[in-house]
Amino acid sequence: MSVAVLIDHRSGDVTRPSLEALTLARGLGSPVAVWLGDAPSADAVAQLGEYGAAEVRVAEVGDEARHPAKAAAAIATATEDSSVVIVISTFVTKEIVTRLAVLTGAGVVVDAAGAELVDGKVETFQTVFAATWNVRTRIDAERAIVGVRPNTTQASPAEAPGAATVVAVAVELPEARERIVSVEPVPQEDGVPLSEAPVVVSGGRGTGGDYTLVAEFAELLGGAVGASRDATDEGWISHEHMVGQTGTTVTPALYVACGISGAVHHRGGMQASGTIVCINMDPDAPIFEISDFGVVGSLFDVIPQAIERIKARRAG
Amino acid sequence: MRILVTVKHTPDLQSQRSFTDGTVTRTADDGTMNELDENAVEAALQIVEAAGEGEVVALTVGGPDAVAAVRKALQLGAHKGVHVSDEAIAGSDVFGTATVIAAAVRKVAEEQQVDLVITGMAALDGLTSMLPTALAAELDWSQLTLASALTVGDGEATIERHLPDAHETVSAPLPAVVSVTDEANKPRYPNFKLIMAARKAEIPVWTLADLGVDASAVGASASRTTVVDASERPPRENRVTVTDTGDAGTQLADFLIEKGLA
Ligand SMILES: Cc1cc2nc3c(=O)[nH]c(=O)nc-3n(C[C@H](O)[C@H](O)[C@H](O)COP(=O)(O)OP(=O)(O)OC[C@H]3O[C@@H](n4cnc5c(N)ncnc54)[C@H](O)[C@@H]3O)c2cc1C
Ligand SMILES: Nc1ncnc2c1ncn2[C@@H]1O[C@H](COP(=O)(O)O)[C@@H](O)[C@H]1O
Repeated sequence: MSVAVLIDHRSGDVTRPSLEALTLARGLGSPVAVWLGDAPSADAVAQLGEYGAAEVRVAEVGDEARHPAKAAAAIATATEDSSVVIVISTFVTKEIVTRLAVLTGAGVVVDAAGAELVDGKVETFQTVFAATWNVRTRIDAERAIVGVRPNTTQASPAEAPGAATVVAVAVELPEARERIVSVEPVPQEDGVPLSEAPVVVSGGRGTGGDYTLVAEFAELLGGAVGASRDATDEGWISHEHMVGQTGTTVTPALYVACGISGAVHHRGGMQASGTIVCINMDPDAPIFEISDFGVVGSLFDVIPQAIERIKARRAG
Repeated sequence: MRILVTVKHTPDLQSQRSFTDGTVTRTADDGTMNELDENAVEAALQIVEAAGEGEVVALTVGGPDAVAAVRKALQLGAHKGVHVSDEAIAGSDVFGTATVIAAAVRKVAEEQQVDLVITGMAALDGLTSMLPTALAAELDWSQLTLASALTVGDGEATIERHLPDAHETVSAPLPAVVSVTDEANKPRYPNFKLIMAARKAEIPVWTLADLGVDASAVGASASRTTVVDASERPPRENRVTVTDTGDAGTQLADFLIEKGLA
């Protein structure tokens, strides 16, 4: 069975969640990579092959892919023979897959943490209600679309690499009513983006606006910097760093909340993380209820000491 | 300018949320209007107030208790409410819900044209954010989603949307479906007069028959997905809390190192 994976790429490079999705796809059938935008480099194609892609179907639609309905039309053409389509779950891909499902009649689950075949049907698992419940959903329709969250499958190269044969897909894009008047790129910071980072160190109101320690701790742990809504509202750090139900949802192996109370809106975006650590002066803050290791104390005392200790242990 | 706002009845975020028979448990007392739909109501009211004319109609699809969401929208200032309720709708997926809402929009438009449908960016129970796109597709209207700013004029709507890679400005002719984020505005508080009026307001209840929607097109049997299992996650085990008496940073570091995380 052909399982299509919409490849997410940044500056021409395949992102890690795409490799996770290919790994997941191998468990369901034979992966076919779908690439929208400018044609992939030879290196990118080779990497997709390493992770099992039998084919790389390229629809050179350029910036037209910014229109959800056009992206969906291109994917529909490229995946006609696939009964399963996997994408990385983001606000943008949720719009694309909704359009795709309207075109193909597929059943959709987004924000999944995994998927498997049970009696020939795709079943997905996801957490809901701020990760307090586990839900398993069966996709009954003939065709299935699964949006998977980053960091939910361990990416690994295929035992037998795929041929990664490049196939150009000719697509006819529908007219769009919407006109994209301007696109102002958000300057991309170095390092892994928040949604994909294996470690996230977040700072909230308790930082008082000083992110030096949070950023230093994040760098030491090889992670990205997150923030609460109060911190982004204050203008202490840009909106892209916000973790929560209306910001970015993260599922890193380690989440460190510094000076964050743990409001339900915030928890909704991080509660499915592997290990949760918090540093907060108020022992009654709700963040302690979901922390594997909580420190009642000031982040300005605790973080420098932790950094020093880790550096010392690494040196020794 | 006539604006229809979709409002969803969802369990209170602070309550113990749960599942019954594969769907979200909703009861009259713990349920309310999806918090993010307050931003949708606010966006609609601001447009009508700026224009000095127009009407805001709040619409919900859900069981008998869902009328609470419409009343909340009336408290905030929506002029009229509609409640679509039919047992056959229970268990609908996003596409079934979009079919029902689209039919209701057409019915509201029969008495007078609807220029805009404004929705919240996500329902904080399921958090799928798929309904606005499905609705735009079903109505075959312009789709302007995740708006952190919205302006309307000259038969056109323009939004700003903040995506992780770029900030976009997108324009489209009316009629349009617009979803707004919680950055779009600051919802107002209801005043006493409106609260009293909302309590007494007559809210028509429309069934599938009223909308001319075939029951076989919606509900659990038409749903393309089925929840086969739902279980509460056990709380985290072996939680440790230490109070800093001078060495908590060291203890934290040792915990991370021991776990292979540092
Ligand atoms: C519709 C809606 C959507 C929302 N979406 C989001 C969202 O997506 N993400 C989000 O984060 N929020 C969201 N919010 C806001 C959310 O409700 C909270 O207001 C917010 O998360 C609180 O941020 P905070 O924890 O930084 O601040 P606070 O709640 O003020 O907590 C600060 C904490 O820092 C501690 N502290 C102070 N000084 C120190 C110190 N020196 N060392 C250690 N600890 C210290 C305090 O004890 C306190 O617990 C949303 C709200 C609404 C209404
Ligand atoms: N049953 C419903 N009744 C009314 N509005 C709804 C319903 N379901 C979803 N919506 C609207 O669609 C938005 C996005 O919901 P969702 O796509 O379910 O996350 C919500 O903020 C509501 O405005």
